[in-house]
Amino acid sequence: MENNALLWIILFPLLSSIFIRLYGKGVGRKAVSLIACSSVGVSFVLAVYAVLAFASDHQVQVDHVFLWLRTDQLHTWFRLSLDSLSAVMICVITGVGTLIHVYSTGYMHHEKAFERYFAYLNLFMAMMLILVLADNFLLMFVGWEGVGLCSYLLIGFYYQDHKNADAGKKAFVVNRVGDFAFIVGLLSLFWALGTQAGVWSFDFAVIRDHISSISSVQILGLSAFTFISLMMFIGATGKSAQIPLYVWLPDAMAGPTPVSALIHAATMVTSGIYMICRLSFLFDAAPVTLEVISWIGGLTALFAATMALVQNDIKKVLAYSTVSQLGYMFLACGVGAYASGMFHVVTHAFFKALLFLGAGSVIHACSHEQDMRKMGGLRKSLPITFWIFVIGTLAISGMFPFAGFFSKDEILWQLWNHSKYLWFLAIFTAGLTSFYMFRCLFMTFWGECKLDASSKAALHESPPSMTIPLITLAVLSCVGGWVWWPGFMPLTQFFPHWLESSVIVRHPHGSHFAELLLTALSLLVALGSASMAYVFYVSNISLPQKCGAKCKALYKVFANLYYVDEIYEALFVRPCKSLSKSLSVFDQKYVDGFVNGMSKVLRLVVFIMGSIDRFIVDGLVHFFAYLTKTMGIWVQRIQNGHIQMYLAVLVTGVGFFIALYLGYFGL
Amino acid sequence: MLSSHILSWMTFTPLLGAVIVLMIPKCFEKAIKIVSLITTAIPLTMAVYLFQHFDRDQVGMQFMERHQWIPSFNIQYIMGTDGISVTMLMLTALLSFLCVIASWNIGKKVKGYFFLFLLLETGMMGVFAALDLFLFYIFWEVMLLPMYFLIGIWGGARREYAAIKFFIYTLVGSVFMLLGFLAIYFWGPSPHSFDMIVLGSQGGILSQGILFGLPMSKVVFLALFFGFAIKVPMFPFHTWLPDAHVEAPTAVSVILAGVLLKMGVYGVFRICYPFFPDAAQWFAPILAILAVINILYGGLCAMNQKDIKKLVAYSSVSHMGYCLLGLAAMTFMGLEGSLFQMFTHGTSTAMLFLLVGVIYDRAHTRGVNDFGGLASAMPKYTFVAMIAFFASMGLPGLSGFISEVFVLLGSFHADAHVIGFDQAFRGQNIFIICTIFAALGVVITAAYLLWTIQRVFLGSLPEKWSTLKDINTRELITLVPLAFLAIALGIYPMPILDLFHKTLSHFSQFLTAGG
Repeated sequence: MENNALLWIILFPLLSSIFIRLYGKGVGRKAVSLIACSSVGVSFVLAVYAVLAFASDHQVQVDHVFLWLRTDQLHTWFRLSLDSLSAVMICVITGVGTLIHVYSTGYMHHEKAFERYFAYLNLFMAMMLILVLADNFLLMFVGWEGVGLCSYLLIGFYYQDHKNADAGKKAFVVNRVGDFAFIVGLLSLFWALGTQAGVWSFDFAVIRDHISSISSVQILGLSAFTFISLMMFIGATGKSAQIPLYVWLPDAMAGPTPVSALIHAATMVTSGIYMICRLSFLFDAAPVTLEVISWIGGLTALFAATMALVQNDIKKVLAYSTVSQLGYMFLACGVGAYASGMFHVVTHAFFKALLFLGAGSVIHACSHEQDMRKMGGLRKSLPITFWIFVIGTLAISGMFPFAGFFSKDEILWQLWNHSKYLWFLAIFTAGLTSFYMFRCLFMTFWGECKLDASSKAALHESPPSMTIPLITLAVLSCVGGWVWWPGFMPLTQFFPHWLESSVIVRHPHGSHFAELLLTALSLLVALGSASMAYVFYVSNISLPQKCGAKCKALYKVFANLYYVDEIYEALFVRPCKSLSKSLSVFDQKYVDGFVNGMSKVLRLVVFIMGSIDRFIVDGLVHFFAYLTKTMGIWVQRIQNGHIQMYLAVLVTGVGFFIALYLGYFGL
Repeated sequence: MLSSHILSWMTFTPLLGAVIVLMIPKCFEKAIKIVSLITTAIPLTMAVYLFQHFDRDQVGMQFMERHQWIPSFNIQYIMGTDGISVTMLMLTALLSFLCVIASWNIGKKVKGYFFLFLLLETGMMGVFAALDLFLFYIFWEVMLLPMYFLIGIWGGARREYAAIKFFIYTLVGSVFMLLGFLAIYFWGPSPHSFDMIVLGSQGGILSQGILFGLPMSKVVFLALFFGFAIKVPMFPFHTWLPDAHVEAPTAVSVILAGVLLKMGVYGVFRICYPFFPDAAQWFAPILAILAVINILYGGLCAMNQKDIKKLVAYSSVSHMGYCLLGLAAMTFMGLEGSLFQMFTHGTSTAMLFLLVGVIYDRAHTRGVNDFGGLASAMPKYTFVAMIAFFASMGLPGLSGFISEVFVLLGSFHADAHVIGFDQAFRGQNIFIICTIFAALGVVITAAYLLWTIQRVFLGSLPEKWSTLKDINTRELITLVPLAFLAIALGIYPMPILDLFHKTLSHFSQFLTAGG
């Protein structure tokens, strides 16, 4: 165990998952919750232990598990490694994961398929850990797809409803589109390194060392750096829900709420950012790709925020908010501020998990009602949930001194130094974020309670198994950002220093005064948006409808999510289905038709041959037989025994020959 | 005694079983089944022995047997195995054994069924073990006849049509194959020989003469390839497959998809490539394009199928495309991926057909749209089915992923050495483009398999299926070993990859240098 410290971090949840799936029904719910939570808890402890060991000497820990694939050139190990980047990730994953597991024991209490849920959730943990601990691309891809599988299984957890099953399928297929690009990127990287540097390897360290050798390679008309990084980025847009592949994430809310918190907010969806940070040396060499990433990220952040403005389902608001925040992270990566992107991954994991779990607590209390229009005034009946939701909202809006403030501010400052357009995009989005989150808060907890009588009677604060994780996350959402203070107030810059050894870290050169001014401005924007939300949803509640009536067209576009689903349906899904249909018709009618046609032709040939055989070949035989027979009959007539007849023939014959003789000699 | 004749024992033990079955009166059905079980279990244990004792560091043939058979024509009885065939022998032994268990509930003419089935196994084993073209051809045809009757008598509603179509289609291929063999025998190097080892180690035969305006090696290559392509099956010669699969009884479908299809690829590996490396290089770009058509066309056709069995059949067309692509690449990784894909597809598609059989036995329908919500009624069945579907999808962590990735990796860098139609394709990035399209297959595969999962297993359970019984122990016994292989080889594929290693590294060098 000493030598395989990293492996055991993965093995605990993995073995627990297998055990629960196979024997969960037999051992009872208490044991299942205990096993599931403790396995993740142990893996959290091991992770912290490993990270502390790493912190003491900053030596990358490597865990050679076994030789996975071996060919002539390629030696790929099943190997795990812990550097500063994966250290951050495993702490977040196992830490938030443990809290969400504990929360789930309360939230899923009445569920019939309790065991199935925990088996898959544990499996997810194992896969996510493989993703971040893998030291080579191929193994990372195992985790990459593994988390996708678990996401699919958990989105479709309530599979009896057709819609949920559909959402799972959509998530998987959309992700596969991204994976396709990812695989192409992987193949090109492997090929380029192999042919240029003679290095056939998937190991990150080896790729990093030899990456400069492929600088002159062209792939399909693009430089290798650009092509490979673009393909990888498209892969990331699938997993991390960016334009154009974000469409699956809102639908993924069909899964249980803790799943949304863990998979679709805190961990899995950030793996795209993780991948880009892991490959920061590659992306940094591809300025075109970075430009694309920053604009895609910025536009995603903006569009998703506008869509979140008009959602009434509390989980959908959070889902679009997640897409938007992920856009923020890509925006950061796009301007080369990988560490800032990573920082936002961490703080976002805290406050978004908090918000989702808080929403789950609300939903749990309101007899599984998710429509905010039917809630309202819940702050008295759900005091703990209310306060943690307030903290979450403050954190995501970027209010000082909550976690979101630090990461968002850092990103904005980096953007300002890179491009003012992107900065404007980001600060505008920040305003929208603050607005829709406070809207969500006010609609849920202020005003009058609009629940029906029976739900109202059943209103209850959640059990401790749910509130304790919530409180822990709330604390983290407060203090989680205190590891990277802005330049004008440098209490500590621990986070970027920590990451420096594995990720490219840049510090903008702008003056502290400018940074301070911008920070003040962004705080003002957030506060302004929040107070606007107060006006709209607390003090003057008829206002939203009036506004909605005024800009009907815009509202309609927002509410219909820019018709993207419909456009994709028309552009991709339907053509694919009709292509498949026409191909199978083609297959049956023409390809197989040709075969059957051949058999018809063959039968015709056989028929003709048969006829020839019967009428000509055999006919000739019959003809001769007939001839012989007829002649026989004819000849036998002569031999009839009449002496007069013989005499007549004799005389005729003699006469004939005499005539011939005379004629011959011309007499 | 045993170890020196192990391949003959593996091949002929089922034949012995078939003879014993013939002698048992047909009323003793149980005895017939037990004899079949034992005589398929023996080759399986021998396959395990083979796996353990196969020398992974040896390049050439192992477990060789060589006897004179018809000396006047220099026809010999040669059996042997190397990295190319050893996994196929193992797969054949395993699937045959599992299929006997899967056939336990056959009710009609039990004696005839098992007699033919055992005869079929002899034919299959022989094809993979024979190293003399004449012997190979005999086993090839021996296998054909039982297959025809198994489909034609124990099949579904359109069994006669399917059986005849299968038989004639394959026979057309065999004719070309036989002509090719005769050309090799008479025009090949003297002394005239059918010995595959001798012929395959010449670095290309028939390179001198001209036939129909083409070098003779290319003509003979194409004739043989045509015979094998039908078996693969390669577009556009694939349409016998959906019919045969749909009509065949479960176990026979398993054998068809699990073993018979591989013979096509195996034939190219064993005969076309080593005999005619230059023709192989010349044909490679076309083969790559055909492979991609197989992958995408098969996948898209599968998406539209209403019958689960037909859907799985078309998915086989798609998956065998990867084998062809790996072959076309001729790189080490491509060839290794192709061979491994043969094995992994053998396990995953066998699972799928067994699973379809399970549900058909209960519901008497295979319509994709007739079901829904089966996960509620048959949780264990659904769990196993999920493993099978995801294995077929090539999900990382399962064996199909490794083989597909190897094929893609291998073909992506194949442009460097492939000449292709006498330089016409040089510098065209043909393999890069083909590989990218082949990778698109992962999206299509996911789409049709997930759509199938959704329509069959998810959603609400219709009233009429609420009484369906979950999978029973016998059925589980047939599925669990395959599921285990799919998972275990996904996590740790080295035991199988090691078997290929030496043979293939020699083979790929031979191919790229010989052309």
